[in-house]
Amino acid sequence: MTDAVLELGHEPQPVDQPLLVVEGLKKYFPIKKGILVNRTVDHVKAVDDVSFEIYPSETLGLVGESGSGKSTTGYCVLQLLKPTDGSVRFLGQDLTKMNQGDLRRMRREMQIVFQDPYASLNPRMTVGDIVAEPLLVHDIGDRRLRRRSVERLLEVVGFNPDFINRYPHEFSGGQRQRIGIARALALNPRLIVCDEPVSALDVSIQAQILNLLKDLQGEFGLAYLFIAHDLAVVRTMSDRIAVMNRGKIVETGPAEDVYSNPQDEYTKALLAAVPVPDPRKMRARRAERRKHRAVLAEPI
Amino acid sequence: MALLEVEDLRTLFKVREGEVHAVDGVSFSVERGKTLGIVGESGCGKSVTALSIMGLVPVPGRATGSVVFDGKQLVGRKQRELENIRGRDIGMIFQDPMTSLNPTLTIGTQITESLRRHLDMTREEARKRAIELLEEVHIPNASGRLADYPHRYSGGMRQRVMIAIAIACNPKLLIADEPTTALDVTVQAGVLDLLSELQSEHGMSMIIITHDMGVVAETADDVIVMYAGQVIEQAATLELFDQPEHPYTEALLAALPQIEGEGVRHGRLNAIPGRPPDLLTPPSGCRFAARCAYAGMDDCAEVAPQLREIRPGHWVRSQHPASERAAQVVGVR
Repeated sequence: MTDAVLELGHEPQPVDQPLLVVEGLKKYFPIKKGILVNRTVDHVKAVDDVSFEIYPSETLGLVGESGSGKSTTGYCVLQLLKPTDGSVRFLGQDLTKMNQGDLRRMRREMQIVFQDPYASLNPRMTVGDIVAEPLLVHDIGDRRLRRRSVERLLEVVGFNPDFINRYPHEFSGGQRQRIGIARALALNPRLIVCDEPVSALDVSIQAQILNLLKDLQGEFGLAYLFIAHDLAVVRTMSDRIAVMNRGKIVETGPAEDVYSNPQDEYTKALLAAVPVPDPRKMRARRAERRKHRAVLAEPI
Repeated sequence: MALLEVEDLRTLFKVREGEVHAVDGVSFSVERGKTLGIVGESGCGKSVTALSIMGLVPVPGRATGSVVFDGKQLVGRKQRELENIRGRDIGMIFQDPMTSLNPTLTIGTQITESLRRHLDMTREEARKRAIELLEEVHIPNASGRLADYPHRYSGGMRQRVMIAIAIACNPKLLIADEPTTALDVTVQAGVLDLLSELQSEHGMSMIIITHDMGVVAETADDVIVMYAGQVIEQAATLELFDQPEHPYTEALLAALPQIEGEGVRHGRLNAIPGRPPDLLTPPSGCRFAARCAYAGMDDCAEVAPQLREIRPGHWVRSQHPASERAAQVVGVR
């Protein structure tokens, strides 16, 4: 390792080899009853037999409504939740069978950006410490190298490095999300799971962050698992899209195909429900979505 | 005469650091049976505008100006008198159906409360009417669900209950503050359909406050765009979406990701640089100047633009509205 700053980006990877292969992923949460004897009476099948792959430098958009299991899928990929069944192969190795030490080393290659930029940054740590924490945890470099790396990372995400000693509460949602992205980039990962990264932001700021994520992907060859409920946001970010409903992927394909020619009834209903900023189109869309009402029986 | 006429509404919060002009000279009117959309981003003053109309501005806020509802001036009225209007003549729906219902009271109690308060119904009459209301907002098995507590209802159902409470006394005006923001798109579609259905049945006027241009396009007859406490553009909905004039409105529409169109994956969104100004110390000139693509060659930063009628019924607060920019060929950077 040089003593300048940490390198970002990787050697070009063969794009015909998937970076991540998820097969038959299941995550069941037990429903328990009883006080003394905890019997498991049933399971909530949050993720139920989900398979997909992500290639280097690619974005797979995972879209669905609340409770569809999309975030749980993201957590299971990173082994932040232990899957009930199935395999998650990353760079050819099955993460579900790894021991803690190997998994920890593997985590350098895969990071996460969370939804809520207010809750995901420790309010008692300075911006510099937050971004340096992954380096510290993985015991990378000395204090000076880490300091310089943090400055570089903040520059990369468009955050003024002069504010390195300030605290998160001094910044707006968009600025905080930049801090979160810098932290995710610190270990030079190949894959970032973006879990609703812009849903807490205003439209004008949302566009800034989405552009930043696109730029970083182009610059460093990142692959994204991009999880969001906003179909338009997912569309602008993704090469391919997987639509989730009740724990299952109901449709997957190239982004433009899924949106222009949806095959699954649920996907059709979901797309028809999106309000578009065009009053002339709304009348036709309204009729369209009434047709799909039956598919979307509201849970009581 | 319009049902609601708001004239030069100003809402001021005195805080330790100074004065925050959350709403700074807002005027508009709502015609009977029509829907007005108020759109803008966080902190633009759209919610405070609604609270000011109803006299619900929290301390240390204070609203001045004129709010004439159905011929009656609301500003400066006693809380007691306002209470007779709120919930009866003006219904309200708030953003978060999870927190705006009382978790310790049954749905039935919460619906009958306003019926008994405003319409002097007996317990039995109110109960009957509550069942009708729940049926009207399409809650299945209405009579059986009256005794349930809010936690037994899903988010979409709770918002339907909120709507039932809001329309209980047949209000003339319904104010909905981000009524669908916390809901999934499919549930949102159902709630918006319900609102338009109820509006045509009851002939009420609506104010829909939202950050979502799609919701405005779908529901509103007229639109107000707010920025930093001021109205920066106002027009009929079709007119506004066909020919947006203010650079901020244009930029906001351009910044929206689309579900249609090709090549979006490798294009960039048109982000608006920077952030809205701090309302403690608002800029003396145009409030959008620092983020505007067309400011800079004029005195935008010094002279505050006035709201002016650029076409009949289309008002804009900018020195560089789109149609005038097209005319002056020079100097757009």
